[in-house]
Amino acid sequence: MTSADTSPASPVTAPDAATRLSDILWRRPRLLIALLIGPPLAWLGIVYLGALFALLAQSFFSIDEFSGQIRYELTLSTYAELFRAYNLDIILRTVAMAASVTVAAAIVAFPIAYYAARYATGRWKAIFYLGIMLPLWSSYLVKVYAWKLILAKEGILGWLFETLHLTWLLEAYLAIPGIGGNSLSVSWTGTFLVFLYVWLPFMILPVQAALERVPPSMLEASGDLGARPGQTLRHVLIPLALPGIIAGSIFTFSLTLGDYIVPQIVGTSARMIGQAVYQYQGTAGNIPLAAAFAVVPILIMAVYLWIAKRKGAFDAL
Amino acid sequence: MKKMLRGATAMTLALSVAQAALAQEMMTEIGEGEGELRIVAWPGYIERGETDENFDWVTGFEEATGCMVRVQTANTSDEMVALMNEGGFDLVTASGDASLRMVAGDRVQPINIGLIPSWNMIDDRLKQAPWHYVDGTHYGVPYMWGPNVLMYSTEVFPEAPTSWSVVFEPQDLPDGQPNEGRVQAYDGPIHIADAALYLMTHQPDLGIESPYELNQEQYDAALDLLRQQRTLVSRYWHDAFIQIDDFQNEGMAASGSWPFQVNLLQGGGAPVASTIPEEGATGWADTTMMHSEADHPNCAYMWMEHTLTSNLMSDLSVWFGANPAVPDACTDGRGMQTAEGCTTNGFDDFERIRFWQTPVTQCDSQEQCVPYYRWVSDYIGVIGGR
Repeated sequence: MTSADTSPASPVTAPDAATRLSDILWRRPRLLIALLIGPPLAWLGIVYLGALFALLAQSFFSIDEFSGQIRYELTLSTYAELFRAYNLDIILRTVAMAASVTVAAAIVAFPIAYYAARYATGRWKAIFYLGIMLPLWSSYLVKVYAWKLILAKEGILGWLFETLHLTWLLEAYLAIPGIGGNSLSVSWTGTFLVFLYVWLPFMILPVQAALERVPPSMLEASGDLGARPGQTLRHVLIPLALPGIIAGSIFTFSLTLGDYIVPQIVGTSARMIGQAVYQYQGTAGNIPLAAAFAVVPILIMAVYLWIAKRKGAFDAL
Repeated sequence: MKKMLRGATAMTLALSVAQAALAQEMMTEIGEGEGELRIVAWPGYIERGETDENFDWVTGFEEATGCMVRVQTANTSDEMVALMNEGGFDLVTASGDASLRMVAGDRVQPINIGLIPSWNMIDDRLKQAPWHYVDGTHYGVPYMWGPNVLMYSTEVFPEAPTSWSVVFEPQDLPDGQPNEGRVQAYDGPIHIADAALYLMTHQPDLGIESPYELNQEQYDAALDLLRQQRTLVSRYWHDAFIQIDDFQNEGMAASGSWPFQVNLLQGGGAPVASTIPEEGATGWADTTMMHSEADHPNCAYMWMEHTLTSNLMSDLSVWFGANPAVPDACTDGRGMQTAEGCTTNGFDDFERIRFWQTPVTQCDSQEQCVPYYRWVSDYIGVIGGR
């Protein structure tokens, strides 16, 4: 633009290459757009989607049971393997974890977001933002290791329960089959708590944004019409904030679905989908099964996003 | 036309085979260093004095050759194979359960031992070990070897446990508490071999000859033992440092482990010790192998020579609690290791150790064995409670 503006002002001699290029782009705006948008589009198309499809295509091959070599013939047998009991366990376990983390994150995040959106002003608002964002500034691994120490048998939580003479309570809880274990850090509860902690900011921020958009007059009108606070919450506030909750749940759900580091450090060592992908592809070269596993979260998220879209989670975009 | 096509195809095939053969040809001379060397190694294997300033076998090499060493650590053999498959590395310290897979997959190239002047210093027991010497060709330089020891808490065990049963069978430990939830096991499918080794002593009628060569019946028995172990184990160990943390903070009583963790824990004052129980132990024997498409082959050869002659083997043997592939490293004072130290690390127990190797279908001791591919998925099932 600027060079096109200045070129008439320069003495009328043979224009240099840059000026000519600038003239061409000025005359053909579409070319300019193509040049600008081409590289990112190529990145998205070739590098990102291309790599994804190359991976997914692998899932239609199979592995020879005896030699462990990949057979390059199209087959659905690898997908059938997903339905073997121990693989199905992995999928169900992961989805259950992702769902419970999402629900818990929504419950914990809502009051925090509500306070931040409605009551916090000035300096408090800044502190709230900082408090929510601060955990995102430190390394994810550091946080997970810190939680391992907090939850360990001889860790901070154990010490706290002991000081309060409540060790019996913790032990009674840990004796519950399924969610309990030898200590919090080797139980599913531990994995759940760590997931809840690391993904919570991703839930709070969209919910807060949604709540800030709810006009206070609506809540006042609801009160004026005789609704009790509980009714206002149920019939006015939550429906209006729902798109924000769903947007947040997309983050927490999909992040839990694909994570392979948290369950490796905190938990019972039973695999989740991310770990299964990691282990199958790194082992005996069973890339087909790893690829088939990678398709599972994609499918689940596709369904999830479709439902979210129908609920209007993207209307605010 | 068809004939010509067929001829052309045959030509192309022949050419590509010839090319593959060319690519596999080993080097005949060492040139100038390329200024860089990238190594995939077990944690703790390549130290440059950053963890502890007394343990450094890299900076001297870098100063002498100008090859700057970059290390990528891997926690299991499977990760090593995966990293080597991705490429971009020159060397790998591969255990026997990874080395043959990489030889079979053409991930590593033959080594010209004529280019390694100190080759003859290597332990005679390792020079032609089957995990790197295939069909008369050397695929690597022996690095370190050692047992997978049984680590135990000295507060729980006043005397060393004599059997692996403390991690396999439900029982009360000497402190009167049950072992449930207080033992760990290795989070790699190769751990099935530890179960098989245990069965060799305790169920001799199964007729297991090698823990890495199991027929269906023997394999099922091993898996049953591991399912029983699952009820005792609260977390499988994957990362050496997480296991160290678990022994410090989770009240662990016993686990299969590496001398590396034992040394670090003892160095930190933790009440642990290790032993090789009566059943013997599995072990690892690692080999420095060279990637078939190594970008820095000259530096790689210089490093392989460096491993044999420098303080590396001796100091690493102290650091990792392992045994050097060069016996002189125990005695000639090139580093910190002494003859007594090597004895402690199990230098004389070579015969009692069953070294890791990849289970394959075509095995020596019987008609057909369960291949590693199945070990992987079944072990995932066992850990998942199946």
